[in-house]
Amino acid sequence: MSNIPADLKYAASHEWVRDNEDGTVTVGITDHAQELLGDLVFVELPDVDAEFGAGDGIVVAESVKAASDVYAPLTGKVTEVNEALIDAPELVNSDPYGDGWLFMLEVEDMDMMAGLLDAAAYEDGIEEA
Amino acid sequence: MQRTALYQQHLAASGKMVDFAGWEMPIHYGSQLNEHKQVRGDAGMFDVSHMVVLDLHGPEVKPYLQQLLANDVARLSVPGKALYSCMLNQQGGIIDDLIVYYLAADCYRLVVNAATRENDLAWMRQQLAGFNVELRERDDLSMLAVQGPQARQKVMALLPALLPDIALDAAAELKPFVGVALRDWFIARTGYTGEDGFEIMIPHAQVAAAWEHLLAAGIAPIGLGARDTLRLEAGMNLYGTDMDITTSPLVSGLGWTVAWEPAARVFNGRAALEAERAAGVPQKFVGLVLQGKGVLRSHMQVVCAAGEGEITSGTFSPSLGVAIAMARVPAACGDSCEVVVRGKLMPANVVKPSFVRNGTPQINV
Repeated sequence: MSNIPADLKYAASHEWVRDNEDGTVTVGITDHAQELLGDLVFVELPDVDAEFGAGDGIVVAESVKAASDVYAPLTGKVTEVNEALIDAPELVNSDPYGDGWLFMLEVEDMDMMAGLLDAAAYEDGIEEA
Repeated sequence: MQRTALYQQHLAASGKMVDFAGWEMPIHYGSQLNEHKQVRGDAGMFDVSHMVVLDLHGPEVKPYLQQLLANDVARLSVPGKALYSCMLNQQGGIIDDLIVYYLAADCYRLVVNAATRENDLAWMRQQLAGFNVELRERDDLSMLAVQGPQARQKVMALLPALLPDIALDAAAELKPFVGVALRDWFIARTGYTGEDGFEIMIPHAQVAAAWEHLLAAGIAPIGLGARDTLRLEAGMNLYGTDMDITTSPLVSGLGWTVAWEPAARVFNGRAALEAERAAGVPQKFVGLVLQGKGVLRSHMQVVCAAGEGEITSGTFSPSLGVAIAMARVPAACGDSCEVVVRGKLMPANVVKPSFVRNGTPQINV
């Protein structure tokens, strides 16, 4: 079934979060999410330095099937976006936890990481769905 | 939910199965985009066994079809020749679109959509009154579409093994939009992708073996997802999306399928279409090409100087790398418009609704 790396944190809305241990996190969508979406054809990325609250829509992922919002899993400021996705959105399908990352966020309060799901809890969530 | 005779083959090919008009069908086998490109560049096969094959027999089948269909089966004189037509109600609304094959003076074959099956059959049976015609559902037949620039050549190489001991020249020599019966198969040079290829009707018991042969020859299975993007690029309408019972052929880009001559032929919906034409058709059916990044989707609003319209089907064109759509817009709409894409107005070019044919772009992007 879908790949859910144990070293990442997750939001129920199918984003993964990697703690870069420098006050920033890298965010992408999970293998399960890319499978549900199907082939991505366009990713609308946020502006660098833009600020988002946890739960705000931050990226639009357009697949052959539909347009889906990706939500900011934590409150913070965008420090970098994956510009490779402008020409190669399919990286999100082929390597969702690696080259298909979406953006990096300078997080306002790292303690909020504790409110995210671990791999086991995320897996339970998608099995129930 | 119903399953076709190829259900196990779909599972074996990792088909992602979804509900399509009550049938469990493959939407893709891994990547819709790759499947799309496979058909444009080589050859792929689709299980379209959910579609409905109907045979009409009897001495009065021709006048029956001349009343039933907006196109005129009198145009068919070569056995096997196919005609695309709308079936209208008396208000000129489209009950379904279909292909009719002329097999003999007293025998025609129709292929209609799966989603409209019951409604079509009820209407066609009601219309039988007064005609000496028998309608038979061919639920014994599966249907495979093999499409792409290499499709015919690959199929012809396999046919001797699949249909041994009979002459196959008739299949090899088929002209576009013509079919031929070979034993209990029917092979037609038709399709729904804008590429060359065949649509092949095969008895259920033989279709799995045919599929396995085609697969072994490198003809990849293609899901309904790619079928939709291929037909949209080809500018072919989809019933229920681009037109339905509330729209006439004249506002659906299908005016060319209405046979007005001879004027004496009274077909269902004729009076309504004539009135619509005389009053001036208020809308037209066009293609759109989005300028800039984004994806066009059905039901998005179109805005032009002449008023508002609506996208009937839209997608990202894998062949062209831009978003394309079919739309119903005011008749006076010019060669550019705007589309409301996720709350933003984005510019789009208005073109003829035909984007890719035989692997070749029909528009400049």
